[in-house]
Formats: sequence, C-alpha cells, structure tokens
Amino acid sequence: MKKSLKYKYRNELEVLPFLLPGFILLLIFIFYPIAKNFYMSLSDYNIFLDKMNKFVGFANYIKALKDVVLWDSFVNTALYAIVTVLPQMVLGLILAIIINTKIKGSFLFRILFYIPVITSWLIVSLIFRYIFESGDAGLINYILLKSGIIPNSISWFSNRWTANAVIWILAVWKGIGWNMIVFLAGLQGIDRSYYEAAEIDGANTVQKVRYITVPLLKPVIFFVMTNLLVGSFNVFTQVYIMTNGAPMGRTQVLLSYMYKVAFTDFNIGYSSALSVIVGLFIFILAMGQMKFMNMGYKESQL
Amino acid sequence: MIKKTLMYIVLILFSITTIIPFMYMVATAFTPDSYIIPYPPILIPAAFYLGNFIAALSSNNFLKYFMNSVYVSSISTLVAIIVSSMSAYAFARFEFRFKEKLFKLYLFSLMIPGLLNIVPQFLFINTIGLVDSYFGLILLYVGAGIAYNTFFLRGFFQSIPREIEESAIIDGASRFTIFTRIIMPLSKPALGTFAIFAFTGFWDEFSSALTIIKSVGKRTLPIAIQLFRQQHGTDWGLIFAATLIALVPIIIFFIVFQKRFIKGDFLSGSVKG
Repeated sequence: MKKSLKYKYRNELEVLPFLLPGFILLLIFIFYPIAKNFYMSLSDYNIFLDKMNKFVGFANYIKALKDVVLWDSFVNTALYAIVTVLPQMVLGLILAIIINTKIKGSFLFRILFYIPVITSWLIVSLIFRYIFESGDAGLINYILLKSGIIPNSISWFSNRWTANAVIWILAVWKGIGWNMIVFLAGLQGIDRSYYEAAEIDGANTVQKVRYITVPLLKPVIFFVMTNLLVGSFNVFTQVYIMTNGAPMGRTQVLLSYMYKVAFTDFNIGYSSALSVIVGLFIFILAMGQMKFMNMGYKESQL
Repeated sequence: MIKKTLMYIVLILFSITTIIPFMYMVATAFTPDSYIIPYPPILIPAAFYLGNFIAALSSNNFLKYFMNSVYVSSISTLVAIIVSSMSAYAFARFEFRFKEKLFKLYLFSLMIPGLLNIVPQFLFINTIGLVDSYFGLILLYVGAGIAYNTFFLRGFFQSIPREIEESAIIDGASRFTIFTRIIMPLSKPALGTFAIFAFTGFWDEFSSALTIIKSVGKRTLPIAIQLFRQQHGTDWGLIFAATLIALVPIIIFFIVFQKRFIKGDFLSGSVKG
C-alpha cells in the first residue's frame, strides 16, 4: 500500500525539493499576508500587542467610506494613471520611431534616454524636489521667471495641484525611456516591406505611422498600457519622498496613505482594510483589462 | 533633409530635458555651502570642490552604508538566484499534478502591489525575531520577488533543448545532477542578466528596508540618504554627494552591461516602487 502510494505520487515527490523552498516563501510573504490583511481589517489591531485585538466587523470599511483623505488618495492615484500613461507612451513611441530609422548617433541617444529609467525612484525624486524648490533660485522657477512665463516664483509643493503636477512630470520624464525601449523592440519586429509598399503608394510619414505602425504594434501597446496602469497603483516612493502627503494629505496616493496609517498612526486594523480595498480594486481592474486585452488581441489578429 | 533635421531637433530637445536634472545634481554635489540654493543656478561647477564627498564618506558613515548595501544586495541576489531557478526549473521541466493551477497562483500574485502586504510581512518578521536584521530583510526580498523571478527564469529554461537533458537521464543522472551540472552552467548568460537586474533592484530598494531596518548602523544606502535628508533638509550638496556615491555601482553596471539593459529585457520596468 505504502509503496503504491509512493509510486502514484512519484512525480510530485521528485519535484518537491525544487518547488518547496520557493513555494513556502510565496505562502509566507504573499498569500499569508493577504489572508492576514483581511483578518486584521475586521479587528482593532494594535501593532504593539500582536495578539490582543477586538473584533470590530466591518467598522474599518465603513470608516473608509467616509474618509476624505482616502478619497483624495484615490483621486490622486487615478489622475496619476490618466495623466501620465498616455504622454509617456506617445513620447516613447515617437522616440522609438525616430531611433528605429537608424539615424546617426541613435545608439548614443538610446543610452541617454535610458538613464532616468535605471536611476532609482528615490534619487530622481530627490532631484525633482530640488529643481522644483520654491523661491527664485529653484531651477524651474528660475527658468520660468527668466523666460517671462510666470510673474512670481511658484511654491510648487505647498499646493495640491502644483505638487501633483511635479509628481506627474517626474513620472513622464522617468518613464519615456522604458516606453521607448519596449516600442523599439516591437518596431524591430515589423517587416520593412509594409513600409516599402506604402511608399510606392505615396504614403507620408504620418500615414505610415497611423496605418501601419500603430495597428501592427497593438499587442505591444496593450502590454505597455497594462504595465503602466497597474504600475500607477504601485506609486509610493516618489510621493513619500517629495511631498509625504503635504499639504495636509492632499497629495497622498493609495499606497503612501496606507503606509502612513500603518506606520505613523499605527492604526493597523484600518490600514489593513485599506490594503484589502486597494487589492480588490486592482484585481477587478486587471481582470477587466485582461478581457479588454484579449479582445484587442483577437481584433489585431484579424 | 528637412525630416532629418526635424528628427535631430526632437532628439536634442529630449536629450536636454533628460540630462539637465542630472547635471544640476552633479553640479550641486561639487559646490561648497550648497545649503543655500545658488542664484543663478549652477549647471557646471566652477571648480570640483570635493568637500561634500569627503564629509559624506568620513563624518556621515556613508562608506559603512555603502558596504551594508553591498552585503544585503549581493546575498539577496545569490539566494534569489538559487531559490528561483530551482522553482523555475520545476515549472519548466517537471510534470506533476496541479502544475498549471499552481503556476497561475504565481502569476496572480504578480498583480498585487508588493507594498500592500508590508504590514503582515513586517509582523511575521517581527514574530520570528528578525526585525532590524539583514537576514529578515533578505528573506523578505527573496520571498516577495519569488513569483516574478520564477516566471522570468522559467521562460529561459524552457528554451534550452530537451535533448541535452534526455541523454543525461539515459546515462542515469539524477534530476539534481542535471540541474546543477547541465541547466545552471548552460544558463550562465540568462542568470547573468538576472543577477544584474536583481542586484540593482535590491540596491535601490527603499520601502521594505525602511520598514525592517531600525538601527542607524545597519541602514542601507537608500534609507540612509532619505533619513539624512530629513535631518539636514537643505544641505543639498551633501545629499547629492551621498546620492552620487549610491549611483556608482548602477553607473558601472550600466556602462559594462549597456546592451543587456537596452535590449528590451522587460525586467527593469517591473521593479517595484
């Protein structure tokens, strides 16, 4: 009996030593935390006394419904996605198309545009915090004042919308290089004969991009868009470093607000409820996008 | 001709906007008394003043933080390579029950922003007594990255021709021997790329280190720089000197391995944060 059981599961026994270390880590650091987040979200969890907590039902979720800062964080996160995704895709695609013409020096430009991508969010956030310093001496203020675009220096980080603008500009500035590289890989897969045929028919550059490049790049465009949209919900470091929510929580994004509730206010029950809400939201978004992507992919196969 | 000129104008405009923030940072790091922002802004320093770098390295412990980061990033990279290539090999070459379902579970976990789990992760590391230890941080790094790394390496292992292994199986080699003697040596180029991206990812990692590491002496470079900025908010010359020190390994990697960075390895886009 024992032997036959061993025989029945011989494949599983063979794979176990390879699979187990990683799988245990996955359970401990991904799936157990998801379950624990849900469990803690129903309680009045105290970080100092790990086990002593009171069951409060859905009180944390009801609190979330009325939380003004959470609403601001959600709006800021959604705006981040809406405002930054398209510009970096368009600019990245333009650069990719130019570089793909094998113009002289394209290799150098490619490396140059990739530098912001390899620089960490911490470092670029510090740089942008510095170039957008308030007062006449801050680099951006200096340029805008000297060129007569603004009459007085702007105090970028003391107003919700100018602070958000800096966060968005940074996102586009840092993201263009990555978009360019991915689009370039996609462009190199397009057969040149399409363009040659179009040239014979007298198509101009804009027509070639509109009717050949974009349709054939559809799968890549979807890949980039999915990555950037899901990535928008990962925003944390740049907000934590540049504004840390200031002024008065008006620039928080979902993750930076969750982090603050957990590690500054020590309100673990509530921060867990926020994690669950954000997780569910991303799950629904990703599912919807996958459906949409499948549709788009099928369409592009026709 | 007009088209080419137009293309160069676009490229040069983008180059300027890309490079000026970095020039400004470098110039500030080489400027004395930079806690007052110089007016007009300095983009090219008048002289290469090294005071900020000396202060960062000598009186502010940045040499120690640098070594801490080297230690944490190297060990994490090594452990991540071992653990993830084992599970990637399992998914690439073994047949077992629930394989596809299990792999879907790995893929599912990729959707969740890592930071959403930071509180339970912290509590777990606290329960096993590893808060403020490198071991706890390394465990978290390897564990949180396991799904993505498995996914990445599985794709590569699948591209190795099966015939090579089959002849070894006929010769009576165990799966473990095949893995260590055939698969791993054959995968050196892919593992190299993996190691570069893993190391730079760990080197730059901010939020987990901020949460797990508590004592001043154990800080890694990113948290040291951030906390340093909180203490000396306006001493930008010193902050950027420290930042440039942190950038050194990244710049070296980028120069040496530039082809791997810009070949379109999608790994770099998904590093969290």
